[in-house]
Amino acid sequence: MSVSNNYQLLLKTMFNSAGKLTLFVLISIILLLGVRYITAPAIEQAERENLLNTFSQVLPNEYYDNDPLQDTMQITDTAYLKLLGSSEAVTVYRAYKNNQPAGAIFSAVAPNGYTGNIYILIGVYHDGRISGVRTIKHRETPGLGDKIELSKSNWVLEFNGRNLRDDNDPRWAVKKDGGDFDQFTGATITPRAVIGAIKNALIVVNDLGGRLYE
Amino acid sequence: MSELQNERKTLWQDYKLIVENGLWKNNQALVALLGLCPLLAVSNNTINGLGLGIATLLVLVLSNVLVSAIRNHVSDEIRIPVFIAIIATMVTVIDLLMNAYFHTLHGILGIFIPLIVTNCAILGRAEAYASKNTVDKAVVDGFFMGLGFLFVLVLLGALREMIGSGTLFDQAHLMFGEAARSWTIHFSDDYQGVLLAILPPGAFIGLGLLIAFKNMFDAKKAQKQQNQLGIQVAVTPMATK
Repeated sequence: MSVSNNYQLLLKTMFNSAGKLTLFVLISIILLLGVRYITAPAIEQAERENLLNTFSQVLPNEYYDNDPLQDTMQITDTAYLKLLGSSEAVTVYRAYKNNQPAGAIFSAVAPNGYTGNIYILIGVYHDGRISGVRTIKHRETPGLGDKIELSKSNWVLEFNGRNLRDDNDPRWAVKKDGGDFDQFTGATITPRAVIGAIKNALIVVNDLGGRLYE
Repeated sequence: MSELQNERKTLWQDYKLIVENGLWKNNQALVALLGLCPLLAVSNNTINGLGLGIATLLVLVLSNVLVSAIRNHVSDEIRIPVFIAIIATMVTVIDLLMNAYFHTLHGILGIFIPLIVTNCAILGRAEAYASKNTVDKAVVDGFFMGLGFLFVLVLLGALREMIGSGTLFDQAHLMFGEAARSWTIHFSDDYQGVLLAILPPGAFIGLGLLIAFKNMFDAKKAQKQQNQLGIQVAVTPMATK
């Protein structure tokens, strides 16, 4: 009799606890769904503004009058993706002025940075020249390799207006290697990686040519 | 009447004790040494420290309130999972709100906002204090424990930023809007910066120094009290400490 009573009691406690735990989790879920519902438009808006803001740094606003976020194409060809350092499709945001192609913005990855991947946003004019380059994310050494950030040094501005004549254009290297670009004191690997990634990206741009804007 | 006054007096003393503990005696960062992962990782400048500090403070107050409010309805067996659910929910709410209204700062603090869930200081206060005390006291405890943590985060951030980059309040606009761009103080135009201060070792060294200073200050204070009490303390055996 007493064993059965204990058993009953245990069962009751178990159900009671499980019920309460479920209740708390349910309340949490409802609360989170509510907050998510309320904040979702604001988050989307903030992300959009953020992206457009970065866009205006690599391709000046006056060069286009469309909304590049709405006019995109996907690069899916594996040979191209390898050059862009990406394992998944790369989105190209296309800029037009008076319905004429004006330029394109896309991201590329330099896989051979000193400390891992360097994420770069590249803007090109319709004629294949660079309109602007910014590093989005990297883990290069502060004080040495981080001069690839515009907030630390003007180095990335060296790319503005440059083009790639052919796949082996010798100008696309640091001065130490016989090219046109400055290296940093104490950090050659980082600029080499960035220059290489942008050069590869321009190979893709040149190869795609007009197809980029179709 | 006097009973009520007495009650008020004890309550006031309780609060005072909570404030003292939170800010100094049991400071979560300097004494309890809890939540060091975000503390060390995000304190490379003042504004980052302030941002994470405020987020942690909010989570701590909210989780303390909720844990205290439900403390009599939750059995011992399920209290830890319930506390964790509450903390995780609060962190996610703060994370979403920051993502929506302080987007750039959210981008910088990145992974460390969700990681507040794992900040032991928060579960620590829920378990050690909020689950045993009334809501009003839990609020005060959460607020001042959070403030003590925030204070260390900002101080360490300011130290590392000054030594590492020669600036103070850099990137304040991420938190306070465009007008705050001019808040940045540059101490010297051609300061090269001490790299070590910004890198992870700088965080450890900085925190070590802060703890050392606090202990030094406490020791001096104790010494002073001893001198005042004179012989009375001199005969007290060490072990009673």
